[in-house]
Amino acid sequence: MRRMLATPAGVLGALIVGAVLLAAQFAPWIAPYDPDALAVLDRFAGLSRAHLLGTDQLGRDLYSRLLHGATVAMGVSLTSIAIAALSGTALGILAASVPAAWERLILVAFDIIASFPSIVLALAVVAVFGPSNAHLVGIVAVTLVPQFGRVARAQVLTLRAVPFLEAERILGASPLRIMWSHVLPNIAGPLIVLASMEVPVVITIEAGLSFIGLGVRPPLASWGTLIYDGYSYLSDSTLPVLVASLALAAATLGFTLFGEALRDAVDPRAGRG
Amino acid sequence: MRYLLSRLLTTALIVAGAMLLLFALTVLVPGDPAAALLGPQASPEYAARFVAEMGLDQPVHIRLWRFFTHVLTGDLGTDVVSGRKVSAAIGAVLPYTVVLTATSIGLAVLLGVPLGCLAATRPGSLTDNVLAGVSVALIAIPSFVIAILLLLVFSVWLDWLPVLGTGRGDDLADQARRLILPTVALSVGWVGYIARLVRTAMLEVLAEPYIRTARAYGLPRGTIVLKYALKNACIPPLAVLGLGIGRLLGGAVLVELVFSRPGLGRLVLDAINVRNYPVLQGAVLVVVLLFAGANLAVDLLYGAIDPRLRRRA
Repeated sequence: MRRMLATPAGVLGALIVGAVLLAAQFAPWIAPYDPDALAVLDRFAGLSRAHLLGTDQLGRDLYSRLLHGATVAMGVSLTSIAIAALSGTALGILAASVPAAWERLILVAFDIIASFPSIVLALAVVAVFGPSNAHLVGIVAVTLVPQFGRVARAQVLTLRAVPFLEAERILGASPLRIMWSHVLPNIAGPLIVLASMEVPVVITIEAGLSFIGLGVRPPLASWGTLIYDGYSYLSDSTLPVLVASLALAAATLGFTLFGEALRDAVDPRAGRG
Repeated sequence: MRYLLSRLLTTALIVAGAMLLLFALTVLVPGDPAAALLGPQASPEYAARFVAEMGLDQPVHIRLWRFFTHVLTGDLGTDVVSGRKVSAAIGAVLPYTVVLTATSIGLAVLLGVPLGCLAATRPGSLTDNVLAGVSVALIAIPSFVIAILLLLVFSVWLDWLPVLGTGRGDDLADQARRLILPTVALSVGWVGYIARLVRTAMLEVLAEPYIRTARAYGLPRGTIVLKYALKNACIPPLAVLGLGIGRLLGGAVLVELVFSRPGLGRLVLDAINVRNYPVLQGAVLVVVLLFAGANLAVDLLYGAIDPRLRRRA
């Protein structure tokens, strides 16, 4: 932890991540306004004490909407990454433990999923089944599984010949027990780093799909829909689109810096790669 | 030879997998497929035409067979709205997307490789640190956000560049000007990414014994970096470029939308909005083909540059 905060980039990342998480968790209490409350007389208000970041085309308070957008972004990214991490790790461990032919099969499946242009296929799925958070989470989770699977498998393989596992086996511990209480804690580090590096990627996908109207449904505030609203009314006011774009940029940057600091702290050799 | 075969097989599997998924969507869709794929506002005769066109009244295995054989002969079906061939609709907009993607990759390589070399020859210097910071920012910020910010700065506030659309067909200079901002928006993330990869790879290569030998012979530093080290340092970035083309195409969809450019992105979105499934299916398939083809090309190039790979596979 101390090593993570050793660089200015790590501190900045941790601050932004902390702020986004707080906003996501406590949006209803922090937000000064209801994010969907209309105030048409106040539309396109500038920065002021009443509206810290101004208002949008319907007079909704942008600051409140951004805070609620954090809830959506974090909900989608943390759920999908959790699902992908769990199933990917399970598959990766499985791949390392089954006969070679099965292992090859799993690896080929990983390769194929990983080399799909996932966003474009997500478009097709969303178009047929309709936009919803659950579909979004499902698609993103599936596309991320191979990355976790590969890392988990590689980690398990490096542990195969380690003496303390050998000792456990000789003592008669069951394979499940070895996996659960000895292998898993030892491979968790790189997997957690990978999970944190995927957060900005998923935030980008969610915002991108919401931007084109295929993510979360209005009036729910997502950063992507906020940017789209601002973009549509660009000729009236440049403030909303600017505020929403910069907020999304700051969030993805913060999570990237955080992930990289975490990686460098866990494995100092990795360096900037 | 084995390398070539295994790459070809993987590519075929990817394309077949994508086709299967696109086909499965028409089967798995809940309720009456025609109603679900066309939306409630479709008229009965329109729905009937759609059912006949897609062969939705046939058993699944026959539909699957028809779908695969038609696609393999280049027949992507008929646009249910306009009655045009889907392949013609795609052919009309494909050049815009291909040009945008190609210029973006070109710019990313053109800027990223020299910047990476620059940083690698001065590790730990101010230049290196500034480049590292800028790279992270460029990688982290989504390309459609960069597109919007560029649009704001260069066309709304400064009014330097025309941005919307592609320009008149007969005016190449105008078309090129309108290509600038989308290209920059799409490529800056890759500039940062490539610069970082080249820097890391270059540092590794520069520590190799053969570089020390070259230095001991008294060859100029520039020759060593550009002639001996760069070739090997290009391998990791090249591998990433293959996978990157998929993300680049995904990003292109959004960037095209921001700049109101015609292209595959626009086509896919319009198809989704009017529930024109054959067009959506065809366009997605073309993206997958482009992507799989690019990956194959990169893999083969990779084998050509690094003979060790061919033997290992």
